[in-house]
Amino acid sequence: MLPTHIDSTELPRILQRLMAEASQQQPEDTAALPRRSFLKLAGVGGLALGAFPHMAMAQATGKGAAASALKPTQQPSAFVQIAPNGEVTVTQNRLEFGQGVQTGLPMILAEELDADWNLVRSKSGTNDPAYHDPLFGMHLTGGSNSIKNSYTQYRELGARARAMLLSAAAARWNVDVATLRTQAGTVLGPNGRKLGYGELAEAAMALPVPEKVTLKDPKDFRIIGRPTTRLDARAKSSGRQDFGIDVRHAGQLTAVVAHPPVFGARLASVDDSAARAVKGVKAVLRVPLDRGAEGVAVVADGYWPAKLGRDALKLQWDTGAAEKVDSDKQLVQYRELAKQPGARKFDADMAPLAKAPRQLDAEFVFPYLAHAPMEPLNCTVKLSGDRAELWVGTQSAGLDGAAAARTLGLKPEQVRVNVQMAGGGFGRRFVGSSDVVVEACEVAKAARAAGLDAPVRLLWSREDDIKGGYYRPMHLHRARIGFDERGKVLAWDHVIVGQSITTGTVFGDLMVKNGIDATAVEGMRDPYPLPMRLTVHHPKVNVPVLWWRSVGSTHTAFVMETLLDEIARSTKQDPVAYRMQLFGDKHPRHRAALQLAVDRSGYGKKQLPAGRAWGVAVHESFESVVAYVVEASVKDGQPVLHRATAGVHCNLAVNPRSVEAQVQGAAVMGLSMCLPGGAITLKDGEVQQSNFGDFTVPRITDMPEFAVHIVPSAEPPKGIGEPGLPPLAPAFANAIAQLTGKPLRQLPFNLADAKPA
Amino acid sequence: MSSLNINGRDRTVDADPGTPILWALRDTLGMTGTKFGCGAALCGACTVHLDGQAIRSCITPISAAEGKKIVTIEAATDGSDPVGAAVHTAWVKHDVAQCGYCQSGQIMSATAFLKSQPKGKQPTAAEIDAAMAGNICRCGTYARIRAAVADAAKTLA
Repeated sequence: MLPTHIDSTELPRILQRLMAEASQQQPEDTAALPRRSFLKLAGVGGLALGAFPHMAMAQATGKGAAASALKPTQQPSAFVQIAPNGEVTVTQNRLEFGQGVQTGLPMILAEELDADWNLVRSKSGTNDPAYHDPLFGMHLTGGSNSIKNSYTQYRELGARARAMLLSAAAARWNVDVATLRTQAGTVLGPNGRKLGYGELAEAAMALPVPEKVTLKDPKDFRIIGRPTTRLDARAKSSGRQDFGIDVRHAGQLTAVVAHPPVFGARLASVDDSAARAVKGVKAVLRVPLDRGAEGVAVVADGYWPAKLGRDALKLQWDTGAAEKVDSDKQLVQYRELAKQPGARKFDADMAPLAKAPRQLDAEFVFPYLAHAPMEPLNCTVKLSGDRAELWVGTQSAGLDGAAAARTLGLKPEQVRVNVQMAGGGFGRRFVGSSDVVVEACEVAKAARAAGLDAPVRLLWSREDDIKGGYYRPMHLHRARIGFDERGKVLAWDHVIVGQSITTGTVFGDLMVKNGIDATAVEGMRDPYPLPMRLTVHHPKVNVPVLWWRSVGSTHTAFVMETLLDEIARSTKQDPVAYRMQLFGDKHPRHRAALQLAVDRSGYGKKQLPAGRAWGVAVHESFESVVAYVVEASVKDGQPVLHRATAGVHCNLAVNPRSVEAQVQGAAVMGLSMCLPGGAITLKDGEVQQSNFGDFTVPRITDMPEFAVHIVPSAEPPKGIGEPGLPPLAPAFANAIAQLTGKPLRQLPFNLADAKPA
Repeated sequence: MSSLNINGRDRTVDADPGTPILWALRDTLGMTGTKFGCGAALCGACTVHLDGQAIRSCITPISAAEGKKIVTIEAATDGSDPVGAAVHTAWVKHDVAQCGYCQSGQIMSATAFLKSQPKGKQPTAAEIDAAMAGNICRCGTYARIRAAVADAAKTLA
């Protein structure tokens, strides 16, 4: 979600400062943290789990002074626990919400630990600083960063733990450590001696943590790179996997909140007499909400009575102070804005535009989009004395923990956030305002004030989710392009209009430069050598916006890849050859991904059935390149995607099976932007959609035949959770335009309104 | 008080008769394998079997289940039912789940579908799609769902 093209050397320091300011939490590098943090972790996460007595490897005390130079994120004790029976439990420093880090990160650690993969388990972490992203210095699951930023970290963690186990074995046998080696969870010594890791873990944990370790040569990998079944596959195929929504404490109550119909509105009057009369309702509480709004929480001994109680509320809202957005009017305003240049991102000489032999003037419109993860948003809060404990599937445990502390009047260290397995997220669980977590804490606080001494689970309905804001922003693009008969672009004048995602959040200082939010322009122009002037308008609109899987590239890739295709088509050039010529020899990963998709799809060789056409697109995001070659047709006036072949360059694929799944899944989410019903619209300030009946997402009947091919590479891995999304929609649109002669410039696709080029 | 037969056991549920089966399972009985997705029979995450039929437990009140047999994901995949076991095995083999939240419902739909197939008949791709079209997966695991259902059908043939 965080764009990758910011000066990354500056990132950790700046972000740490921002985080420290925002949360009054100390940044990770302060001296006091490591030891205290590890002892606590070892106790809570390891030994204290009585029924399953893992041996936590703790940092050595006494002479191992060198070890204290290690940061929390580098300490094995926070990440790997080895039980006496040899089971290795790896803690992931990320939210698992489908992307597979719960398997990928343990694979990386187990590789260098030389563990027996059959004995590897995994679990989620907390808001402890040990689980910061090692590059960003904060808790973060986003930007397709998990494997990319923790690859070396988890390799080193595994290597350190292995070195400690070797040292423990050397001491046990009184031999030189150099005579020992490891094999799949066992230390092998001279004369056939062997000891399982489980037998050595307790002794190993008392040893100093080595700072420097030698990592394997990638050619010796036996776990990394092997297609591996997810560690949670069985639990998730039997109803036995617990998610945040499944957390249950003794006496736990459930809260449902009546949210205002217009963002930021307040209550004019509340009649809760009928709600209080619903059996099971314990309290009806007026609570402050996100963006200065107010709402009414109904707390009951289960979701159903809470929901019935909410249905029985008679509320009048004061929407007078809130801007009431209307999508149709908003489009007119955006169109007007686009007539003038905005803040300048790229510049180029626009003089050739007027004289160019061929010209193209195009407007693109993209609607708001909801993330709609399958698990409705929820957060469980338990208050006890001067502490709070939270259970929530969050992409940002640190931000959420700090927000909870502020809301509850506690210090950050008095709040523990237990990161839960989440049923999807796609960006919605990473909100600068921590809207859902703050709401849960407000309700818990009000419930305690009302005399209810019980853990409270806040649960949003699907309607709350679809209407609840934090959408991918609506965008309008306007492009005026001059080119010659051979398709050479002479000048490209481009304006983007859309709300800034990060302005006003803790990320704004970093992401917004010269009035331009980096998340709005990522994916524009590059890597194509184009003379582009790009300017941006960021209007303020009363609709909360957020990153949505692949962020800016959800719209920029569509604009770039359909416009280039149109230029190729109108100058009678093959769209693959045209792109290859633009890449030249400077972009080998783009070339390789596109060529692989072309080769495996049969593009240019295979005869398509009548009525079908090829479509091509390629796009880099999160440092990986994905190319699609698709086959599509039009049936009963609706575009149909029949087949998609992906060429993927993500460097080393840690778990190729996971890479395939992520590309398939991202493509389906890309498809969701194209199909009817893939839009959030507003009228008189109210969101017009409410559930999967009117905000529709692809079903199995929409799924094309799908093949994913990965370019072999041993280079350190790059992002893969998001890069499969951006090029799908433009490849599909390009195929349809090939058939109809009318470019699609509106999402979701609207064939009836498409005009000939 | 309502009496429900769930996974072969008679259970007493202290809830209003209008309470959807979903919430009786999840909040009253603590059986959380059945998931809440939309509350409006649109996504299929809450699918259970009522007398062998796949139904949406989020809109079906417990009063409609009196005298009938409810089967949930917990029992369908515990190995006691050969069709459920074949579906579970295929789901793991094809590594279908991503976030996994919708998969209880997907598996219950697939199991009911395969139970409805005449012995020895292999469903066509279109039949599999039609049977699974009521279940949304926002992660987009559809390609693997297709493969897993077809594979489970083969092992049962």
